[in-house]
Amino acid sequence: MKSLFNSLRASSSFKGMHWLVTGFPYVWLLLFFVVPFLIVLKISFAEAAIAMPPFTDILSYAEQKLTINLNFGNYAYLFEDALYVDAYLGSLKFAAVSTLLCLLLGYPIAYTIARLQPAVRNVLLMLVVLPSWTSLLIRVYAWVGILKDNGFINNFLMWLGVIDQPLQIMYTPVSVYIGIVYAYLPFMVLPLYSNLVKHDVRLLEAASDLGAKPWMTFLTVTLPLSRAGIIAGAMLVFIPAVGEFVIPELLGGPSVLMIGKILWQEFFNNRDWPVASAVAMVMLAILTVPIVLFHHYQARDLEGRR
Amino acid sequence: MTAAKAAAPSPVLPTDNYVTINNISKTFDGFRAVHDVSFSIRKGEIFALLGASGCGKSTLLRMLAGFEAPTAGTILLDGLDLNGLPPYRRPINMMFQSYALFPHMTVEQNIAYGLKQDKLPKHEINDRVQEMLKLVRMETYAKRKPHQLSGGQQQRVALARSLSKGPKLLLLDEPMGALDKKLRTQMQLEVVRIIERLGVTCVMVTHDQEEAMTMAHRIAIMEAGQISQIGTPAEIYEQPNCRYTASFIGSVNLFEGTLDEDQIDHCTIKTADLDVPIYVGHGVTGMTGMPCAFAVRPEKVSMSKTRPEQMHNHVAGIIQDIAYLGSESVYHVRLQSGKMVQVELVNAVRWGSERFAADDAVWIYWEDESGVVLTA
Repeated sequence: MKSLFNSLRASSSFKGMHWLVTGFPYVWLLLFFVVPFLIVLKISFAEAAIAMPPFTDILSYAEQKLTINLNFGNYAYLFEDALYVDAYLGSLKFAAVSTLLCLLLGYPIAYTIARLQPAVRNVLLMLVVLPSWTSLLIRVYAWVGILKDNGFINNFLMWLGVIDQPLQIMYTPVSVYIGIVYAYLPFMVLPLYSNLVKHDVRLLEAASDLGAKPWMTFLTVTLPLSRAGIIAGAMLVFIPAVGEFVIPELLGGPSVLMIGKILWQEFFNNRDWPVASAVAMVMLAILTVPIVLFHHYQARDLEGRR
Repeated sequence: MTAAKAAAPSPVLPTDNYVTINNISKTFDGFRAVHDVSFSIRKGEIFALLGASGCGKSTLLRMLAGFEAPTAGTILLDGLDLNGLPPYRRPINMMFQSYALFPHMTVEQNIAYGLKQDKLPKHEINDRVQEMLKLVRMETYAKRKPHQLSGGQQQRVALARSLSKGPKLLLLDEPMGALDKKLRTQMQLEVVRIIERLGVTCVMVTHDQEEAMTMAHRIAIMEAGQISQIGTPAEIYEQPNCRYTASFIGSVNLFEGTLDEDQIDHCTIKTADLDVPIYVGHGVTGMTGMPCAFAVRPEKVSMSKTRPEQMHNHVAGIIQDIAYLGSESVYHVRLQSGKMVQVELVNAVRWGSERFAADDAVWIYWEDESGVVLTA
């Protein structure tokens, strides 16, 4: 009886622990997401000023009156100047095409790895992840050396005699696609792999047994069952790719218009924090759509598995 | 080895060799999973491959389905050589162990899947799906997904899916393996009813002897990649041809000894466990003095507290353990030689099991026709 009491006491003290454990992520999100978000939101409604910090306060208290000055001009400005709209559309296009390329390249990789012996699988997954152990900046710089006019590819092709003028790859959309696909491919391969490796081989046998040729089995069984993996991988590539700054900055020329670059320029070149904040807010709003879709499908997938 | 009461050989009909398996072998990395197996299956029969796990029965079934290619040998189905045909070109369908229903498709879509592969017109597919749903009594579940069904319902859908294309041969892989015991008995009879109504030839694989005996017309006992005996359930049980079959199916008491006397109508076996040689009511084709075993099932052995009047086939012992199973009791009797013999008595009278108690000195005995001689 006494031990029962003790265990009850222990469990009630665990209840306190329980709140601590579940509360921690909320505190974390509050401090490092909600608060910065609200600060940026606030700045987006301010006006630029030559001061420190370089924007006006939206709250002012004078003569016993609290005045809230919300400046929607920054947002209006984004839609007046075609540069911003083009940059948003450009980013969405680059992200969407890169996501598609990652899927086309990543699916066969993930599929092949998932069908191999477990020991080989781990080695190959390691190889997929291994490049991420080096800084992204260094890896993107390495691409400059490969893609530039007198870089590895051009020198090699000229040595072969295939071309006699260097190909203009650097500072074009092509180099940006190469960079983004290269950098984000692991984020496509890993969720696809973890989905595909769980597939029941007997389902493929069942399809074959019922008369489906291999490609039909793939289209009617493997592909639909890997939808959750495709969505997860696509989101993990698409969402960060929209706001990508380093890759277009290093590999893309002036013709490559992406919102990450604009954001950087507003912030550091123009020192217009309010417009930069408005740019960030609109980007977040645009990205909310795929994020909500992603969670919707993920929740439905979990539902279906039960 | 041949029994006096062996069934008269029936004339060979053309339908007898509907499926012919000729010298089939399968080797995995030097391991012989199936070794030189030959037999044939009749049209319309339910044929069970029965054996312990790892005996090669599943490999044999997978070779029939086309998922494994035989290392040697041929399989003919209704005259068609199956060698080299991929699974999707074989007129064979399989009900998988734990069913392998497509989780992203409804019951209806699962059943229609095979028909769609044949590019049948839509109305024909619909008609056929309805027919199948009716056959397995799942009409009201057509729009459900597999995870919304119970185990028994999933099995019905799996059966409907494997029958939808009207296969020439139906394969069942451990058909009741995923069901609980009560549902299993019920589904065994239901599946047989459906298969027999359609008249489809069926090969099933199971490790459950009760399942094989309930469902199959003929059973092949497999051991270590080879077939040790083929026969009807009764033949396998009453006339086992070797020690493995005798002890694999049901319980058996085996008395090891030597052939003492061999006549056309009887033989006797000398054994260390009985003072008088065992008298068996059938002859054996063997040489006097050869080692052999006498097998008698526990329910065919009787027991009394007084010495039976018959001249042969009785021996004294002491009851060591009693397993009371309700409808019957199994008594473990220790003979003077130290051998343990199982005796199964039906509790036909209430409290009938209380005739005997542990440590009672008893006589056990059996009729001349109760057991068989095993030479292999």
